[in-house]
Amino acid sequence: MTKADIVEIVFEKVGFSKKDVGSVIEEIFETIKYTLEKGEKVKISGFGNFTIRQKRARRGRNPQTGTEITIDQRRVMTFKASQLLKKAINSSPTA
Amino acid sequence: MTKSELIEIVASKVGNFSRKDIEVIVDTLFDSMSTSLSKGDKVEIRGFGSFKIKEREGRQGRNPKSGENIFIQSKRVPFFKAGKEIRERINTDKQS
Repeated sequence: MTKADIVEIVFEKVGFSKKDVGSVIEEIFETIKYTLEKGEKVKISGFGNFTIRQKRARRGRNPQTGTEITIDQRRVMTFKASQLLKKAINSSPTA
Repeated sequence: MTKSELIEIVASKVGNFSRKDIEVIVDTLFDSMSTSLSKGDKVEIRGFGSFKIKEREGRQGRNPKSGENIFIQSKRVPFFKAGKEIRERINTDKQS
């Protein structure tokens, strides 16, 4: 499923033009990204939480060449699924 | 930021939509993603990230409290991988 499929599903439900639905969906993801960028957590009840975590610099190794390298400190985005989502994923008959 | 704050912000940014309209769109959006994942499909949002389901085999475990051996059923777990754009954006220094 891609963004285009989501636009289609939402479009069928709400009856606005596809273009308008598309721009609202674009704005939703942009708002989430902007909030995370500021270091703030985003909690979508029933779906899950998106958080930013600070990773410290560490020594690593290029697995191909074996040379030691320093991996800079960086921020990473993580997702934790809600109980509801985890349940939904496991209750489907198509396993 | 919570879902209702997200709805509030998006509603203030786009014209022609009521707060209620945005709420329906946000809910439908996340519902459709949950449904897709429940069917085992992958969800890919360019610039944001992708969600997929991984199968975890059942395994022999132990109840840490009682020490009793138990079998942990196989289950499906959701995985998220952040997209390139967001990975870069959260690492760009910016005074907010």
